Amino acid sequence: MADESAIQSIVTPVRMEYTFTPGAASQRFLLGLAAGKLMGQRCPECRKVYVPPRGACPRCGVATRDEVEVADRGTVTTFCIVRVPSENIDLELPYTAAQILLDGADIPFFALIQECPWDQVRMGMRVEAVWRPEAEWGPTFENIRHFRPTGEPDVPFERFQQHL
Amino acid sequence: MTDANAAGEILTAQHVMEYPYRRSLGPVLSAFFTGLRDRTILGARTRDGRVLVPPAEYDPETGEATGDLVEVGPAGTVTSWAWVHEPRDVHPLDRPFAFALVRLDGADSALLHTVVVDDKAGMRTGMRVEPRWRDETEGRIQDIECFVPEAGVA
Repeated sequence: MADESAIQSIVTPVRMEYTFTPGAASQRFLLGLAAGKLMGQRCPECRKVYVPPRGACPRCGVATRDEVEVADRGTVTTFCIVRVPSENIDLELPYTAAQILLDGADIPFFALIQECPWDQVRMGMRVEAVWRPEAEWGPTFENIRHFRPTGEPDVPFERFQQHL
Repeated sequence: MTDANAAGEILTAQHVMEYPYRRSLGPVLSAFFTGLRDRTILGARTRDGRVLVPPAEYDPETGEATGDLVEVGPAGTVTSWAWVHEPRDVHPLDRPFAFALVRLDGADSALLHTVVVDDKAGMRTGMRVEPRWRDETEGRIQDIECFVPEAGVA
């Protein structure tokens, strides 16, 4: 087909609108965020603390009920340097997304690292949450703008290798 | 955004998941959509002489590549339909309409599209319809706004 003006592609949007309900465990986590707290749950058998909690321990298969507040600072266990732009993400490239093990938690979760050059993020780096102004808080993880380095000494790999 | 409900007990949030998916067409469907832009409807002729609309690159019966593209219609016959009483946002029309299979004149398969009539009572299998083209065509299936009863047919 040499016809330069031929239609070569079409856009077929795929769209789904739905009402999300978080469920009991995630709801407690979200309400904790609205109060400026990071709430996890402890497994009654293996004693691991899950943040955010899902209401059950995936290892022991039992319900988790004990609420545990964890710190809003922790350790980078691993990270990813993002060089590809996304339509909904308005950040200067490249930026760093990291798995952060909060102090008091046993599993890391995913968050953005800022206030630090992307090529200086490292495994074991200590970071803390940067919260939005309290007046803007709601039951959403968006209350935390990002994490930034605390300047504390790095944590040795041996101390978080079980949490990767 | 998540909001507590009136009782303050159950959080809910409206989520939208959306992909602006762009599909490359290949030679056969490229010709079909380019044809729509020019207000013509093309079908693909199979080796045994049937005409498939919309055109396929391969004969679904035999797996053989299809051959020439041929112009069909524009009028045709409704072979099956379902009435939509209350269109939703995702529907192509904002008034009651029928989703219909339309076998265009010269075609051996039916095209899924919409038929607009004043009332459901005006729909029947076997009715003759013709396309209503949009004022501006871009090379997409929506260039046909809908099918309507063929002019001059009761």
